[in-house]
Amino acid sequence: MQAFQAIISNAIPLDMDNVDTDMIIPAQFLTKIEKSGYGKHLFQRLKEQNPKFILNNSKYQFSKILLARANFGCGSSREHAVWALLQSGMKAIIAESFSDIFLNNASKNGLLTISLSPQTINNLMRQAQQETYILSIDLSKQIIVTSANEIFKFEYDSFRKDCLLRGQDDLDYLLEITQ
Amino acid sequence: MPKNIIQKIWDDHLLVQRPDHPAVLAIDKMLLHEVTSAQAFNELRRRGLKVRYPERIIATLDHSIPTSKNRSNIEDIQAKRQVEALRNNTKESGIKLYDFDSRYQGIVHVMGPELGFTLPGTTIVCGDSHTSTHGAFGALAFGIGTSEVAHVLATGAILQYQPKTMKVEFLGKLPLNITAKDVIMKLIATIGMNGATGYIIEYMGTAISNMSMEARMTLCNMSIECGARAGLIAPDEITFNYLQDRPYTPKDKIWRQSVEKWRTLKSDSGCYYNNHIQVDISALTPMVTWGINPEQAIAINELIPVVEKGEQAYAYTKLRPGQAIKNQPVDWAFIGSCTNGRIEDLRLAAEILKGRKIARHVRLYIVPGSEQVMLQAIAEGLDKIFIASGAEFRMPGCSMCLAMNADKVPAGARCISTSNRNFMGRQGPGSITHLASPATVAASAIKGAIVSVEEI
Ligand code: SF4
Repeated sequence: MQAFQAIISNAIPLDMDNVDTDMIIPAQFLTKIEKSGYGKHLFQRLKEQNPKFILNNSKYQFSKILLARANFGCGSSREHAVWALLQSGMKAIIAESFSDIFLNNASKNGLLTISLSPQTINNLMRQAQQETYILSIDLSKQIIVTSANEIFKFEYDSFRKDCLLRGQDDLDYLLEITQ
Repeated sequence: MPKNIIQKIWDDHLLVQRPDHPAVLAIDKMLLHEVTSAQAFNELRRRGLKVRYPERIIATLDHSIPTSKNRSNIEDIQAKRQVEALRNNTKESGIKLYDFDSRYQGIVHVMGPELGFTLPGTTIVCGDSHTSTHGAFGALAFGIGTSEVAHVLATGAILQYQPKTMKVEFLGKLPLNITAKDVIMKLIATIGMNGATGYIIEYMGTAISNMSMEARMTLCNMSIECGARAGLIAPDEITFNYLQDRPYTPKDKIWRQSVEKWRTLKSDSGCYYNNHIQVDISALTPMVTWGINPEQAIAINELIPVVEKGEQAYAYTKLRPGQAIKNQPVDWAFIGSCTNGRIEDLRLAAEILKGRKIARHVRLYIVPGSEQVMLQAIAEGLDKIFIASGAEFRMPGCSMCLAMNADKVPAGARCISTSNRNFMGRQGPGSITHLASPATVAASAIKGAIVSVEEI
């Protein structure tokens, strides 16, 4: 796992509750035995079904941050969802809340998950529609600074933070303890 | 201090708890299937690690395999590679695989309990969110991702934050013709899709105590649909009767000692839970989903409600608020999955289908959850009833629950299904799913539209 770097990017306002892992990566793409090659299928069904789907918008082509509402990553335990997000360039997901298994999978792969209040998400969601709105995320200070000069603090588990910043792997830790 | 059953199992398995660190939890058992394991074995290879406790792990094929008679001939090249990978990985590491030629192959959450692999008081994991099913036996069982599968392969342990606990108490007697599926759907509709996120649930109440193991598994199976990491039921005589004499259950003296121990495995009186809810089921009627997630469920006689931010659901399912769900025509029907692919479910369906024909425009797939279920159904002549009714009786597997194989509901078609997720396109791109009990699905297949058993 790579050590976590600060993120500076615009954010994709995916204005939905309950974004499930079936949406993020449909089951038909899960027959591979590799860890790579999922990025191009990220939200593929929604992209195909709806030309106006936010991820079809070219202004978010290089975004590293995805913004969503409550219960992000619910449903199936497929880690492929996290791989697909990372492989399409995402570094952080900001949402009101996340499903349990998704949170775990994200942290194991160095994908940052940030929970913020519904009000803050509302605010970010609205402003993220503008192209010039940029967020920078500093994990060591646990803050998000916006191009409109707002600062949002976020909570983050200290053990996870340490792992992410050092690029340390859970398995190394487990091996050390269970020897 | 009095403890609840969840804390007891947790404490029994806690290896290390450093301050400000997640706990290191010992894992007794792991189940593997073809879709979420290959990358974990690759990770071990990359690091030069071996599987530490192969005897604590079993594997099966279920998600991506065909359900046709000649299923061992897998046409999808990728799926075939995936199956081959599991065969090689298990062989190399000395893990028992229940392959096509085994009498125990099946959906991982159906075959595990059948083998007696699932035991009270154990910790069980699998790279699959419906691992909560095994909680029916009083096990702490939860779904994990592929990285964590690698962790358990390599160390027999996992990192976990101690979950909060929730007591869900069902009040009242279960009305006639109402199943465990209706009960769990009611709970999810009541507390919502993330009503139990961060919790492990203990289910209780007289209705639960009277339920068969099959019904308890249906109930625990869908715990994840309200966000719970796991759901469990304290073991009792029904649990022990089910487990006795299964291939992996302890025998003779050890069996008797185990049962003695399991009898004490329950929540102490006066113990604490972080949350407690009660749901009255004494007037429950058959449930069905109308939308695109499991919380969008109503009683069949109710009208489709107005919900906040429901536009996408209404558009996708082509239904409007205020409309009846009852008599909504269906094109497909599916009885199977780890929720409702057990012998009781098939018996219930057969009771309804017997001497009747399904509607001419409907296709009904009946897919047993395992070889054992299939063999039992054939022994009881259920297969003949199904075929005479116009249904297709297929080979065991996940099938149309997630449409990873050829079993797909076509785009635009409406399916009533005993599975557990009605997410957009879950049963095939563009398909519309309505979740319900096996009784409701069988009745609806006959009528050609969504109805409860009373209507036919
Ligand atoms: S039957 Fe469906 S929910 Fe159950 S394990 Fe298979 S795909 Fe998952």
